[in-house]
Amino acid sequence: MAVSESAIPVRDEVVPEQPSREPATLVASNVSAWFGDRKVLESVGLEMPARTVTALIGPSGCGKSTFIRILNRMHELVPGASLAGSVTLNGIDIYGDELPPTETRLRIGMVFQKPNPFPAMTIAENVLAGLKLSGIKVRDRDALVEECLTKAGLWNEVKDRLKASGGSLSGGQQQRLVIARALAVRPQVLLMDEPCSALDPTSTRRIEETISELQEEVTIVIVTHNMQQAARVSQQCAFFLAAENEPGRIVEAGPTEQIFEAPRDSRTADYVHGRFG
Amino acid sequence: MTVVELDPSGPSWSASSDVPRPITVRRGFGDRVFRGLAVAAGATTFVVMGLIGLFLAVESWEALQVAGAGFFTDSAWLPTDDPPVFGIAALLYWTVVIAVIALVLAVPVAIGTALFINEYSPRWLRGSLTGLVDLLAAVPSLVYGMWGFYFLQPRLIGLSSWMADHLAFVPVFEVRTDKFASSAFVAGVVVSLMVVPIVTSVVREVFSQAPQGEKEAALALGGSRWGMIRTVVVPFGRGGIVGGSMLGLGRALGETIAVALIISPVFEISPRILEQGANSIAAHIALRFGEASGVALSALVAAGLALFVVTLVVNSLSTIIVARSRSGQGIEL
Repeated sequence: MAVSESAIPVRDEVVPEQPSREPATLVASNVSAWFGDRKVLESVGLEMPARTVTALIGPSGCGKSTFIRILNRMHELVPGASLAGSVTLNGIDIYGDELPPTETRLRIGMVFQKPNPFPAMTIAENVLAGLKLSGIKVRDRDALVEECLTKAGLWNEVKDRLKASGGSLSGGQQQRLVIARALAVRPQVLLMDEPCSALDPTSTRRIEETISELQEEVTIVIVTHNMQQAARVSQQCAFFLAAENEPGRIVEAGPTEQIFEAPRDSRTADYVHGRFG
Repeated sequence: MTVVELDPSGPSWSASSDVPRPITVRRGFGDRVFRGLAVAAGATTFVVMGLIGLFLAVESWEALQVAGAGFFTDSAWLPTDDPPVFGIAALLYWTVVIAVIALVLAVPVAIGTALFINEYSPRWLRGSLTGLVDLLAAVPSLVYGMWGFYFLQPRLIGLSSWMADHLAFVPVFEVRTDKFASSAFVAGVVVSLMVVPIVTSVVREVFSQAPQGEKEAALALGGSRWGMIRTVVVPFGRGGIVGGSMLGLGRALGETIAVALIISPVFEISPRILEQGANSIAAHIALRFGEASGVALSALVAAGLALFVVTLVVNSLSTIIVARSRSGQGIEL
């Protein structure tokens, strides 16, 4: 018998590898934002360097959340929302036509204030949800699930029940599951909008540890109302403030140490020392 | 600061303390009147429902005695013959066939419409579109029937004959005549038009309750709008889709005049939906009611009883399914 033209050719597994991405620098310049006719943010400029945790602090209603949502194009999903200025990711304008919004959000992940796992999915499926949504194939799903859950500090608590529903976890665990889910698509930037405000102190500490551990592989921007948290996790701080009936602005930005110990603006000093807000 | 310690056996504790105590509520006059009115109105619904069932049972007794088990197995309708032969087998069969055709067509359209209104249409258009869909539900079925008969049917015959030519390997699309008018398919299409608004309305309501947080999560992960819908909105609304469809099924099963206008009645059970001849319990009753008396009338009432029970069961099931789903809490059907 001739050497068989074997019935089934061995199929090359053409699985596009996930691009391994480096943390990137995010630069916002001259950003203003409106909801309808109401201006909520005016001329905000901020550089959020790679491998750095940047904390956005300030009293409620000063535009921090709006600003962070502008950084991955979530702002435009709110009806009536508009904006001016630009945001660049390693020099690429995310509001230009070079990057589609879906690609932008893939590279710039987000964790919300309220944990939002997909309750109909298992824990493992939740971690992989972003890949499924973007149609990215992974060679070794189990390894990725373990890697991301470990990074998010959740692996030991859930490794025996990866098939349980994502909704069965506690609030703090859900938030870490959501962080794992955001990490699974290998973002260059991770935005966190008050990730600990709905959590107990233990979960908060766990997430702060996670943030510190992630710093080398992803640029982190975090909105927080908790001064101690900002001091603990960030290297850079931006203080937002909105005067009555005026849009929010950045009053002062700089190294966290400086903002907390030697602020240049008296309003910053008042705020970080708990005299208002 | 003084701490007052209560003596557990003291006067602040009643003698038989450790059992739930009855709580008395003193209602004011206005409250009592309104409560009475509301209870009466609520009770009326159940009483009327019960009376209808009772009436149907009593009036159909005679026919059921005559026909016996044959009432459910016979396919003929000759109540005035000697001996009388009548049964709802064929009627029930065609009723279900028409309803199923209607649902197969209506549910995908309703889901698409609901998603378009909720997720894709511009906000300023949303209110009017919702109103328009609800308005469709208010069009009398006679109008649908006439429109279906005079306008739609002649235009559907081409499609029917095309399907018969190309899809005849599926038994339901086979035909043994060249008459395509007055078929179960045509009736099903017309009924589907009536079902779409009901299903759309339930499904849209359920979809609109999909949690914003989960929708944002899907988008923030780099999902497209369609990906978000597939991951969050549709799984969330699954109970609503099933419940809404069953509610539509209830409507389709009971549809009378539109079906009566279109079908040409047959009493034979056949899988061939494209060819002339179909039937339905409701249409049958409507067509025969005027001329019936005695056993024949009782037989029609018995057919009505069967329809009453079937739709009651279907509607109850749909309500249960919607209420049990995650999305159904807080949705009234």
